Amino acid sequence: MSFLTLDGVTRQWKGQGGVQGISLALPRGEFLSILGPSGCGKSTLLRLIAGLEQPQAGRIVIDGRDVTALPASARNLSMVFQSYALFPHLSVAENVIFGLKVRRVGRAEREQRLAEVLTMTGLDGLERRKPSELSGGQRQRVALARAAVAERPLCLMDEPLSNLDARLRHSVRRDIRDLARKLGLTVVYVTHDQGEAMSLSNTVVLMQDGRVEQVGTPSDLYSRPATTFAAQFIGEPPMSLIEGPALGYPDEVTVGIRPENVRLAAAGGGDLDTVVADIEFLGGDTRLELDQSAARGLAVMLPGAAHIGIGETVGVTIPEENRLLFNSVTGKLEKEPQQNPKARNRQIPAPEDGQKAPPSPKTVKEDL
Amino acid sequence: MTDAFTLERRRRALHGWLLLSPALIMLATFAFYPSLATVITSLWSRGTRRNPAEFIGLENYRYLFDDPTFWQVVSNNLFYAAVTIPVSMALALVMALWANARIPARSFIRTAYFTPTVLPMIAAANLWLFFYTPSFGILNQIGALFGAGPVNWLGQPDTALWAICVMTIWKEAGFFMVFYLAALQTIPPDLQEAAEIEGASRWTYTRRIVLPLLMPTTLFILVNAMINSVKLIDHLFILTKGGPSDSSKLILYYIWENAFAFFDRPSAAAMTVLVLLLLGALAAFQFLVLDRRVHYR
Ligand SMILES: Nc1ncnc2c1ncn2[C@@H]1O[C@H](COP(=O)(O)OP(=O)(O)OP(=O)(O)O)[C@@H](O)[C@H]1O
Ligand SMILES: [Mg+2]
Repeated sequence: MSFLTLDGVTRQWKGQGGVQGISLALPRGEFLSILGPSGCGKSTLLRLIAGLEQPQAGRIVIDGRDVTALPASARNLSMVFQSYALFPHLSVAENVIFGLKVRRVGRAEREQRLAEVLTMTGLDGLERRKPSELSGGQRQRVALARAAVAERPLCLMDEPLSNLDARLRHSVRRDIRDLARKLGLTVVYVTHDQGEAMSLSNTVVLMQDGRVEQVGTPSDLYSRPATTFAAQFIGEPPMSLIEGPALGYPDEVTVGIRPENVRLAAAGGGDLDTVVADIEFLGGDTRLELDQSAARGLAVMLPGAAHIGIGETVGVTIPEENRLLFNSVTGKLEKEPQQNPKARNRQIPAPEDGQKAPPSPKTVKEDL
Repeated sequence: MTDAFTLERRRRALHGWLLLSPALIMLATFAFYPSLATVITSLWSRGTRRNPAEFIGLENYRYLFDDPTFWQVVSNNLFYAAVTIPVSMALALVMALWANARIPARSFIRTAYFTPTVLPMIAAANLWLFFYTPSFGILNQIGALFGAGPVNWLGQPDTALWAICVMTIWKEAGFFMVFYLAALQTIPPDLQEAAEIEGASRWTYTRRIVLPLLMPTTLFILVNAMINSVKLIDHLFILTKGGPSDSSKLILYYIWENAFAFFDRPSAAAMTVLVLLLLGALAAFQFLVLDRRVHYR
């Protein structure tokens, strides 16, 4: 029984933008990320769920209740806005308990819940400050606290970390996950950062141009991208795509390969000959970017420092068992690697419960 | 080195004074000097060719306080302010909230509200003169439709000041609305969305979020309205000339009368000084008390 269900939800402006025909089902207590490039309709989808936008078609069901026609206030959810949306004239404490006051929660309970949530978000001692007297990260926490104190079962977050620096992003990210777990929240989390989506969520919805491109666990998306778009959006660095004929496949095939699976070989000794275009030392590894007329984004990861100069010609081996074959016309996945892919997922730590049996390629296609 | 330093400091000071001087000269010529001259005039008797003006201290003020017309005019002006300021501000706020909502023909409504402001006070007064005219004025014609007898709105002491107030409210509300509208548009729409998700009704959102955020604007408008309630008297010249029997006479009109109709300059000067003191006190109140209670973004 799913907690949040979207059924063919469409919202467009003069036939453009927005989202079309989105269907999703999310069990209670799940952490769902909506991932996609800028302008793909993530915020629109979230606002549709929140009730800040009305769908032109489709149904939205929350906790067994059809809320399609209900206003935001009747949907029993909380939301963290991308822009924080803190009330500038109210102090931190007043901001957090605004909703409780509106709903006439008693003073004693209000104070207690406020104290709890401020401790949980590490805002103790800042109660009297105005939002303008806080740092970006602290404001973000206030927005989180305001959502958490409501104790609503569904929490929507729109790129809540987009304005933070890398370190803060990490710590607030952890806060969000802890909070969701502690309160047993069902979370819908919008982001354009694939690392964030992969590390936080049980399920990722990858969107493009207002449509769902792929739904799956983070490890699904990483090891079996359903399309070349998914392959190039997920992973850092993303998957390299090689034209089929270069590797002896027919014309309508595109081969995808994760850089960590590519091996270097002597010039002329591998599957392809390439020119080293750039060398990036990453600390533990070195990434070589390779130029090849038939390949897009071809790279190879080497352990330690590399002893190769830019402009040198090197050969690369593309192991047969790691190749993903895409249809080069439709961009869809035709054949996935034979091997169990999990052993190679060292880039993205799979979440604890992401260990489901991989669905057959047929189901992956049906997900589209 | 010290020499260079001193030189530089002098150069900067000179620079500063140069930048200040235009404003300083203008203010001195047109504000400070006239105020000072007024204070001095108010302390001297009215000079005629036969007995020249002499210093009489506060005698002019005592004379003023013994003048029943003065008190009548003061109470008229207080009444005028007490009616026009709150009503026009409340009306402006309501119109702004409405014109800011998502409604059809929004820009038409905004323009319509703003039109009275564009009219010169004199033109507006002429318009209202036509509204108020007994028997064939619009108000009486509408009244006649419902069987009401003709009323000479401007011609009787009971209604004249009210008629002036109504016209002023009509004129000012649109002007104040523009400030409210501008302030409303600086409030990010996501605040309303956040409040809505928290379950706040429109009214709660307006009362708890919008009104506090509009406080700086309200204060600004309040100060303007107070100044206008003393300053704007153009319509009196057209509509009532302060009559009948001083029932609609405002203080600035009375000052003008004293100075240029009765040629009693010292009386006019004394009243002007009192008005200046009052406005000064209002300004001080605004800066010292209200400003602290207002949230500025
Ligand atoms: N009110 C609107 N009127 C017209 N078009 C809109 C409106 N809101 C969104 N759109 C269009 O819908 C598309 C999706 O917008 P949306 O805000 O959902 O993108 P997003 O995925 O959240 O992007 P970002 O990551 O940049 O926030 C965009 O092309 C946008 O131009
Ligand atoms: Mg967005």
